[in-house]
Amino acid sequence: MSADRIPGMLRANPLRPIGSAFLRFLEATGQLTTFTVLSVSHFFRPPIYLRLIGRQMIDVGYYSLPVVGLTTLFSGMVIALQSFTGATRISSEGALLTVTSVVVLSITRELSPVLAGLMVSGRVGAAMAAEIGTMRVTEQIDALTTLSTNPYKYLVVPRIIAGLAMLPLLVFVGDVIGIFGGYIIGVLKLDFNAATYIQKTWDFIEFLDIFSGLVKAAVFGFVVTLMGCYMGYHSTGGAQGVGAATTNAVVSAAVLILILNYFISQMFFGV
Amino acid sequence: MSEFAPQSRPQTGPKIKLDGVHKRFGDNIVLDGIDLEVQTGESVVIIGGSGTGKSVTLKCILGLLTPEKGTIEIDGESVVGISGDERDRINGKFGMLFQSAALFDSMSNLDNVAFGLTEGKGMDPEAATEIALEKLRQVGLGENVARMSPAELSVGMKKRVGLARAIAIEPEIIFFDEPTTGLDPVMGDVINDLIVQCVRKVGATTMTITHDMASARKIADRIAMLYKGKLIWTGPTDEIDTCGEDHVEQFVHGRVEGPIQMELRRL
Ligand SMILES: Nc1ncnc2c1ncn2[C@@H]1O[C@H](COP(=O)(O)OP(=O)(O)OP(=O)(O)O)[C@@H](O)[C@H]1O
Ligand SMILES: [Mg+2]
Repeated sequence: MSADRIPGMLRANPLRPIGSAFLRFLEATGQLTTFTVLSVSHFFRPPIYLRLIGRQMIDVGYYSLPVVGLTTLFSGMVIALQSFTGATRISSEGALLTVTSVVVLSITRELSPVLAGLMVSGRVGAAMAAEIGTMRVTEQIDALTTLSTNPYKYLVVPRIIAGLAMLPLLVFVGDVIGIFGGYIIGVLKLDFNAATYIQKTWDFIEFLDIFSGLVKAAVFGFVVTLMGCYMGYHSTGGAQGVGAATTNAVVSAAVLILILNYFISQMFFGV
Repeated sequence: MSEFAPQSRPQTGPKIKLDGVHKRFGDNIVLDGIDLEVQTGESVVIIGGSGTGKSVTLKCILGLLTPEKGTIEIDGESVVGISGDERDRINGKFGMLFQSAALFDSMSNLDNVAFGLTEGKGMDPEAATEIALEKLRQVGLGENVARMSPAELSVGMKKRVGLARAIAIEPEIIFFDEPTTGLDPVMGDVINDLIVQCVRKVGATTMTITHDMASARKIADRIAMLYKGKLIWTGPTDEIDTCGEDHVEQFVHGRVEGPIQMELRRL
């Protein structure tokens, strides 16, 4: 390529855009780290707003039950179908064991936490970013500060605690419903005996399957609410800024959930 | 410089002291060295053109914005850059009426006014409700308005709820950012009287931003004019007509001709 075809900026210094993007990334990372440390440092220092924590718990936990229940139910159903297909393709024997084991493992360890995390991020994380973002751009957060109320304690901590506490609960419910979804298909479509299906599932399931899912849930609950609060808290510039904060909260939480999901699985079950 | 100011001094010094405060947003230099002292129980009014940095000045004192340079002292304590519990304690001395009112739209107007009492001071809700209703009455709003949410109010009504919220905790220092903007003349004067009462009866120290010269004359002990990032004139209220400062005279009399207009033409 001849030199005059290179755009001016790149010819001046080809590393410059990369450098500035990297700097912006570092700045955002630093800001997020500060935000996280500040939020967590307020967890146990009074005043603790129990009423607000309760309200957030109901919002995060109770009102997310329908979406989490539906998504895990249908996921359990489709996994039962596909694992049966896989099992019969390999051999004509032992399809029941394959179906129950695949349903249990994929639901409890992976799908229930990931789906609940993603659903709650879309439902709750977005709402948190929008609400806190609106409060930011309309100076309501400034007003809180001048009324001697720390916005971290009043706005951020109750939401993060609700996420930490309620996601494991949601995931546990998701586990039960997801496995039940597999059972429905197993018994109604694949003609397994109902009692043996339950027996095999019960024999197969291990404490660590459930436990690892619940640990993931707590981490995802933290990530979703943290990103919602962080993006809202640092939003700027009116309605457009709040819109961007909402999108960023959902996208960043979703990406983080999928990445962290791998590493937590690796931590628990890696060889 | 007083960077290492002692934690508390005898109460004889100024309540609020700004020394060489600079604040910029990117290339936009808003405050370019503000020096101001406000004594305890004094009422200072800041005047100046739109966008000259009046609101920014108040936000710097409240710690909502951090100046790049200069010191700000409250009761002799340096407050630039403090945060957390220290900031909460200092802000306990303040009440602020925001230019936009900044009411919490998730609660009723009554809860807005009571907020500083219940959450900030830990007062029990019933006593706080009583006080909040009384403050709302003082700004001309009845119990029916108290039950409504801020979204159901007109701009001027929001302003008055914000004012009731600012004075409800009976703070030592109160900032009013354009308290009478958007009010009719009669209600405007009611608010003027209320501000004067805060200073004279309760003994609060106040800083008020206003474009309304009648209001400024009524509530101010001293007037300061902000222009191009500096306080170009500060003096007693009755000297404002005879101060001999061209910018001030033009501003006070709202004349089209004068040094401020020259600046506008050059832009
Ligand atoms: N958060 C902010 N980010 C960037 N610039 C800001 C911010 N807040 C204020 N400014 C700028 O600071 C300047 C002063 O703003 P300020 O709100 O203090 O004006 P003002 O004197 O209160 O005017 P008005 O009488 O219209 O309320 C303006 O030029 C504005 O653009
Ligand atoms: Mg202003």
